[in-house]
Amino acid sequence: MHLPPLPENAIDIAAEASDWRAAVTLAGDALARSGAATPAYSREMIRMIEEHGPYVVIAPGLALAHARPGPEVLADGLAIVTLATPVNFGHPHNDPVSVVLGLAIKTVEQHLAVVAAVANVFNDSTAIAELAAATSAHEVRQIMGVAE
Amino acid sequence: MKIVTICGAGIGSSGILKVNAERVLRKLDISATVVAADIASVASVAADAQVILTSAEFVDAIGKTFADVIVVENYFDTAELTEKLEAALG
Repeated sequence: MHLPPLPENAIDIAAEASDWRAAVTLAGDALARSGAATPAYSREMIRMIEEHGPYVVIAPGLALAHARPGPEVLADGLAIVTLATPVNFGHPHNDPVSVVLGLAIKTVEQHLAVVAAVANVFNDSTAIAELAAATSAHEVRQIMGVAE
Repeated sequence: MKIVTICGAGIGSSGILKVNAERVLRKLDISATVVAADIASVASVAADAQVILTSAEFVDAIGKTFADVIVVENYFDTAELTEKLEAALG
């Protein structure tokens, strides 16, 4: 089980976002930079949250932004945005969010192997705080277990 | 036994719940099939399920069901999942 590619250009450290839409858009921008998605993918991720609510805040401080596989997804990919100032998504328990994980998945068949790899990282309860405090893309890749 | 995990897209969050529920069930020595699905297909996928795992946002949309609906707050906290699954299945 391997994480999708998380190149350094898909990592945005201590970014400024005024609200949750801006934070999700930063994750979409990062996925577009790494070639995993088109810029339109941000809108799809935002639409999922508008439609279904802030359930994507799946752990304290962490949002898993994603949409369904579709024409906006070019390849499997992961992006990580850490926020200089945490933002609220409106979640009853897990706000405010300091780390946004952007996930692009090309085909539904692969998604369980991908999310299992994500779960492996975050089942360690210290991972979110470590990511929020990371000061370089290299450090983020180390925490995620993908650094060379 | 069948357990269904529900999220908006049927991938991503529900997949994480499925993976972690399977890990917890293995530790509890409970055999069950865990299926990840999106909220739009809950009525058909969960028709024969004993347990539905999901977030608070989806409880209303799941509507009437014979299954135990368990709301999970932290998807990565296997201790929370263990406690809630044990309470529902024990």
